[in-house]
Amino acid sequence: MPANRFNGFTNLGVGIGLRIPHYDHILTRKPAVDWFEIISENFMVDGGRPLQILERILEQYRVVQHGVSMYFGSAEPLNRMHLKRLKTLVKRTQTPWLSDHLCWGSVDGTYTHDLLPMPYTFAAARFTAQKIRETRDFLEVPIAVENVSSYAEFHASEMTEWEFLSEVVELADCGILLDVNNIYVSSKNHSFNPYDYLDSVPHNRVAQIHIAGHSKYEKYILDTHDHPVLNNVWKLYAHAVRLVGDTATLLEWDDRIPSFQEVHREALKANQFRKTLHHEYVAT
Amino acid sequence: MAGAIMHPLTPQNRMQLRWKDGRRTSDVAATFIKPNDRLTSFERLEIYNRQYWFRLLDCFYEDFPGLRAVIGERKFMKLAESYIERYPSQSFTLRNLGSRLETFLGEESRWTASHNHQLALDTVRFEWAQIEAFDGEARPILTKEDLEGKDPSRLRLKLQPYLQLLEFEYPVDDFLIAIKKRESSLRSEASNAMNAERKTTRRKKTPLPKPQKTFVAVHRMNHVIYFKNLEPEAYRILLALKKGVTLKAACAAAFSPNNADMGKKIERVQRWFQNWMSLGWFCK
Repeated sequence: MPANRFNGFTNLGVGIGLRIPHYDHILTRKPAVDWFEIISENFMVDGGRPLQILERILEQYRVVQHGVSMYFGSAEPLNRMHLKRLKTLVKRTQTPWLSDHLCWGSVDGTYTHDLLPMPYTFAAARFTAQKIRETRDFLEVPIAVENVSSYAEFHASEMTEWEFLSEVVELADCGILLDVNNIYVSSKNHSFNPYDYLDSVPHNRVAQIHIAGHSKYEKYILDTHDHPVLNNVWKLYAHAVRLVGDTATLLEWDDRIPSFQEVHREALKANQFRKTLHHEYVAT
Repeated sequence: MAGAIMHPLTPQNRMQLRWKDGRRTSDVAATFIKPNDRLTSFERLEIYNRQYWFRLLDCFYEDFPGLRAVIGERKFMKLAESYIERYPSQSFTLRNLGSRLETFLGEESRWTASHNHQLALDTVRFEWAQIEAFDGEARPILTKEDLEGKDPSRLRLKLQPYLQLLEFEYPVDDFLIAIKKRESSLRSEASNAMNAERKTTRRKKTPLPKPQKTFVAVHRMNHVIYFKNLEPEAYRILLALKKGVTLKAACAAAFSPNNADMGKKIERVQRWFQNWMSLGWFCK
């Protein structure tokens, strides 16, 4: 939904991920960008250039935090030291909401640095939801969980991915970062209809949407974030916007990163779908 | 699943055909991962196994260009696999992946020839010091006014937490500068996938340095990392101050206990302190 309690009642428009190769361009040219998404972990440091860059960005732009290591789905309890570091950053950025992934990735303090799919069980949903609640209570900021792309499914699963996502967010009473590229990638890897996914999740909980590019291989699709958004993903995005409304949208481009202008131009393609939505709304 | 993902790949960068206990990996994978119409359970698990190693090796490769130059690319990749297997990441950030490399090299001298073991150790310590200096904490700088009227026999000066003091058997500072000119280091950030094969690029070799006792401070100015050669006595003063020794005792310990050339000694110490104050190395 455009502005709701899961995104701090904001309606930020179209943003892009803040990436190192673009720092100089952004700081010297000060291009007009609705907002930037930062990877929280890159700025959970004690000092130096990362924090200096962040301060300068915050002087000019709205910033939203996106994490890659909270691992709500890992079996171990939340790491309090990690949460304290994260809260320090939350206070610095004043992020209106904070997102991380619905996945696991660590075991007994050892990190895989990957976003691993979960078995879609009711027990896992309850445990994960509890960790999300604890995180929100500690950080005092709305949380949105992102659906990950995946290449494996488990025998243990008791429901579909979209049912699991819905179960978790309802139990945690949190938001969704709806990654339409990830839905597309997983739909191809697991042979489901991505529109069923979009139609089924609780639309009123969508705080933000991600779009990105991916790479096709002979037997599967890999979520590489190193291409423009593919046409089928734009179609899914258009459908998502019709369902959830004009929601904060962000383009991720993480590898083989082109110029700032090219990345921003790609992100702004989202506006044509948002405008269509406005026209449809006016027409009715 | 985590055990399978973190299990080393074959020399051909594929998943091992045998599980750790001797069972067929395909049999084990089939017990918890579903196959689909294109991929077996083994192949689906293998995607994650490969991604894990490509991601961590890529990061490790970027962080230690000096060690690569000392022991050679091929040996470096084998060392990297062995290191990551013994010391998998215990941190939410890949920044800390190499934090135990010096310890590992101390335990495993087989990775370095006897003639370059010390050079490898010096290089690793120097490369890790740069990582620490890059984003270490900076505290408010001590001013001349803060020092007015202070008794040197009781004054304990604090050094900036980011400042790294190092003693080497080789001039690795010049060596690293030569190597870094050949390197460009950009790292992808938030993608859920690695699509690059392992790097085995052949480069023209940088000549290895000859032994020469060297004292170096790794520091930063305006958020950029610099190396500064130190005279032995200057290094000893700074090291003593870092340990909490009083200013008077630190200066006394740095020089041999005779009064010869006392005037020159005082002049040198004054020059050093003027320089260190201007660099902001002392903090409140």
